Amino acid sequence: MNPSLFSRRSWSVLVPVVAVGALLSGCTSDPEPVASPRPAACRPSEVPKAISTAAVRKADTSGTTIKLVTHDSFAVSDGIFDQFTKDTGITVKLLSSGDAGTLVSQSVLTAGKPVADVLFGIDTTFLCRGTKAGLFTPYTPAALKQVPDVYEQDRDHLVTPIDVGDVCLNYSKAAFSKPGAAPASLDDLTKKAFANDFVTENPETSSPGFAFLLATIAKYGEDGWQDYWKQLRSNGVKVDAGWEEAYEGSFAFGSGERSIVTSYATSPVADVVYSDPVRTVPAIGVVADACFRQVEFAGVLRGTDHPEAAAKLLDFLLSPRFQEDIPLNMFVEPVNDQAKVPAVFQANRTVVDRPLTLSPAEIEGGRDRWTETWTDIVLR
Amino acid sequence: MTRRARTRRALAWLVVGAVPVLFLAAFFAYPIGSILGRGISDGSVLDVIRRRSTGRLLWFTLWQAAASTALTFLAGLPAAWVVARVSVPGRRLLRALLIVPFVLPTLVVGAALQATFERFGLDGSGGGLRMQGTVWAILLAHVVFNVAVVVRIVGGYWALLDPRVEEAARVLGASRWRVAREVVVPRLAPALWGAAGIVFLFCFTSFGVILTVGGPTHPTVETEIWRHATQRTDFTTAAALAILQLLTVVALVGVVNRLERHAAVRGVARRPVPARAVRSVRQALGATAAVAPALVLVVVPLGVLVERSLAVGGGHGFGNYRALGTAETNGLFVSPLQAVGNSLAYAAVAAALAVVVGGLASAAIVHAGRRSGRTMDLALMIPLGTSAVTLGFGMLIALDSPPLDLRASRVIVPIAQALVGIPFVVRSMVPALRAVDAHQREAAAVLGASPARAHREVDLPIVARSLLVGAAFAFAISLGEFGATSFLTRPDAPTVPVAMFRLLGQPGAALRGQAMALGTLLAALTAVSVLIIERLRPKDALGW
Repeated sequence: MNPSLFSRRSWSVLVPVVAVGALLSGCTSDPEPVASPRPAACRPSEVPKAISTAAVRKADTSGTTIKLVTHDSFAVSDGIFDQFTKDTGITVKLLSSGDAGTLVSQSVLTAGKPVADVLFGIDTTFLCRGTKAGLFTPYTPAALKQVPDVYEQDRDHLVTPIDVGDVCLNYSKAAFSKPGAAPASLDDLTKKAFANDFVTENPETSSPGFAFLLATIAKYGEDGWQDYWKQLRSNGVKVDAGWEEAYEGSFAFGSGERSIVTSYATSPVADVVYSDPVRTVPAIGVVADACFRQVEFAGVLRGTDHPEAAAKLLDFLLSPRFQEDIPLNMFVEPVNDQAKVPAVFQANRTVVDRPLTLSPAEIEGGRDRWTETWTDIVLR
Repeated sequence: MTRRARTRRALAWLVVGAVPVLFLAAFFAYPIGSILGRGISDGSVLDVIRRRSTGRLLWFTLWQAAASTALTFLAGLPAAWVVARVSVPGRRLLRALLIVPFVLPTLVVGAALQATFERFGLDGSGGGLRMQGTVWAILLAHVVFNVAVVVRIVGGYWALLDPRVEEAARVLGASRWRVAREVVVPRLAPALWGAAGIVFLFCFTSFGVILTVGGPTHPTVETEIWRHATQRTDFTTAAALAILQLLTVVALVGVVNRLERHAAVRGVARRPVPARAVRSVRQALGATAAVAPALVLVVVPLGVLVERSLAVGGGHGFGNYRALGTAETNGLFVSPLQAVGNSLAYAAVAAALAVVVGGLASAAIVHAGRRSGRTMDLALMIPLGTSAVTLGFGMLIALDSPPLDLRASRVIVPIAQALVGIPFVVRSMVPALRAVDAHQREAAAVLGASPARAHREVDLPIVARSLLVGAAFAFAISLGEFGATSFLTRPDAPTVPVAMFRLLGQPGAALRGQAMALGTLLAALTAVSVLIIERLRPKDALGW
C-alpha cells in the first residue's frame, strides 16, 4: 500500500488520543471490595406523606389517564383493564423499559420526575435500591389484609406486594428416569454423579442467576458459599449469560446437553401449557429444597400528578380479577389469598414449603461484593 | 457572483444545514450530554478510567474489533470481486441475501448461530470442538454480520474501476501479486478504508453478539456500560466507559475519514465496464470459490433459522406461522402479526425522518464550506458508535419537559431509529450529489447544454434514486433496530425484534418456534426491501 495513505496528519490525530488513553488507564489497581459493610438502610431520606384511603374514595378520577411502567416480562390477558376503566373512568397506558434491573435503574434516574404514575415489577433483590432512592409515595390498599404478612418487606408501605415466585433448580425427567436418580438438594450438585450436568445464569446479567447465587448464600452463609461455588466449578458447572440461553439453549426444555438448570418453580406449568408436541405431564421436575423466594411489588411513583388514580390502580392490581390473571401469564403466584388459581396451574406447580430467603437490606448491602467475588471464583 | 448573491447563498445553506444540526443537537447531543453529566456529578469518572481493569477492557474491545474487521475482509473481498467483475447468474439475489444478517437484530443472528453450533456439534457437547462462548465465536459472528458491508462498499466501488488498467499491467509483465498490490489495492483504497471504518465501528460497539454468542467471560466496553447502568445503577462507571467509548469512536471516525479522503484524492477515472460473463469452467470454478466463504457464512445460519421456524412437534410444518396471527397465551399484548404492522409503521416514519434530515445534511456536506461539511459528516457517524443504553437513558432524562416532552410518546421510537438510519442516507446521497455537481459543470462547459436542462434530465433522476436507496436502507435498518427501541417502545405496541425477544424470554417450545417464524418473516421483509434497493440502485452508484 502506498505509504502516503498513512500521512503524518492522520497520525497527528491518533497519537494524542492513544497517548492520553495510555496515560489514563493502567495507573491504579482496582479498588478492593469492602470487607463487610453494614446492611444498607433502605428508607429514603424523607418518607413522603401517604395517600389517604379517604381521599382515594372521594376522588373523581373519570377521564384520567394513568401510566404503568413495567419490565419486559410483564404479561396480562387482553382487555384486563377494561372493567377497571369502566368502574373508575381511568385509562391505563403501559410503558416498559427492559429487564427488572433496567426498570429500577431508569426509575432511579428519573426519581421525583417519573416517566409513569405507577411502577410494577421491582422485586426483593432490587427493592432496597428503589426505596432508598425515594422512588415511591406510601399507600396502603385495603386488600392488603388478604395478603400474608411475610410478603410485606417495607414498613413504610412504599410498595405493595403483588406476586411471589421461587427460583429453583429444574431437572430433565428423561435424564434422571430411575427412582432416586434426580438431584434433591444444593449439595447434590457438587457430587460426581452430577458432574457436567448443571447450567446456571450469570448473576451479573440475569435475575434468576442472581437469585440462585442468593440461594447459595442463604444456605451456606457468608463464609461458606465461596467454597460451594469452587466445588461447583470443579464439578463442571456451565454459566450462560441469561435464562433464555440456559433454559432454551443448554437445557433445551429438558432435552439438551445439560440436564439441570436454574429456572422457576412454575417451569413445569409452562412446560405443559406451551408444550410442543402437546403433553399433559411436565417433562421437567423441580428441586423444591433449593428455591430462593422473590416477591414482586408495585408502588405509586413519587412526583405523579394523579396520586388518587394511581392508588386506585394499586387497588386493582391486588384485586381478585387481576390476581387470578397473573398465574398463566407471568407464571408466578398471586399474593392475595382470596384469588383462585387456574386448574392447570394448580395441578403442575410445585409448592415450596421452606424457601431460602434474604432481606432486601442484606441483599443491597452485599450485592456488588458478592457478584464480584463470584466472578473471580467461577469465571476467571 | 456578487457579494449579495454570495451572502444569500450562504444564508440558504445555513438554513439547510440547520435542520440536521438541530436534529442531532436535540435528539443526540443533548440526551448524551445529560446522561454523561449525571454520571460525572455522581462520582469520580477519572477514577474509573484509571483503573487497570478499564485498560484491559478497552484493549480487548479494540483487538477483537480489529481481528473481526480483518477476518471480515478475508471473507468479503473475494466475493466483492465476483460481484464487481463477473456476471454470475442471480447477482442481485446474492447481494440481497448477503446483507440480510447485517440488518437483522443481533438477537436473531445470535440465536441462529447458536442453533448452528448445536447442529454441527460445535457447542462443546460430546467432547467435540467448542465454539460457543469462545472469542472465535464472537469473531465468526461479526464476520457473518458485516461481510455484506465489505461486499457492497468495496464491490460497488470496484465495479466502477476500469479493468483495462489491470490488464495492461499484466500484459506488460507484472505478476498477479504485483498487480494486486500496486494497481488494485491503491485504486480501491477509499472503499477499503470506508468499509473498514464501518465494520470496525460495528464490532467495537456490538452488544447482542458479545452477550449471547461470547458468553459471560468476554465483556467489552459496550456490555460493561449496559451492565453498570442497568444492573448496578452505577451511572458513574457507565458514564466513564461511555466517555471512553465516545472518544475512541470520534478518533476512529476522524482518522478513517482522513484516510478515505486522502485515498480518494488520488483520483479514479469512473468508467464502469459491464461485468463479464463466465466463459470457461475454470472461471466458473474461480468465481464459485471466491463467493463460497461469504455465502456459506450467511446462508447456513439463515437456513438453520428457517428450519427451526418450521419445526413443529416431532416433524415440520407451518404451525408456527399460523400461530403468529393469534394473540392468545403468547405473553404479548398483541398477535405477533400486529408487531409486524408496528415495525412497518415505525420503520416508515423513521425512514422518512432519515431521508429529510439525511438529505438536507448531504446537501450541506456537499455545498457548505469544506470544514463544516466534514464536521457534519463526522458528527452524523457518531450515533452509530454510541451504546443504545446511553442514548436510551439519555433521552429519558433529557426529553422530559416541554417542548421536548417525548418520554411517553410513540414518536421517540422512530426518532431513535432515524439516528441510526441517517448515516446510511448520507452515505448514498453524498456521492450522487458530488457526481451531479461535476456533471453540471461538464455539461455546461463541453456540450453547451444549459445547466438547468442537464439538471432536469440527468441529475434529478440520479438524486431521486439515491434518495430512495438511502430511504430503503434506513427502512431496513429500522426494522431490525433493537437496542434503543427496546428502551423506548411500549409493551402494547412492540416491534418485531422486541416481540421476538419477549417470545424467547418465556418458557415453552411453542413460543420459541413462533419467535423463529417471526425472525424468518423479518429476514424475508428485509430481503424484499433490499431487493427493491437493488432495482432502484443506479448502475454507477457509489457507497451503499
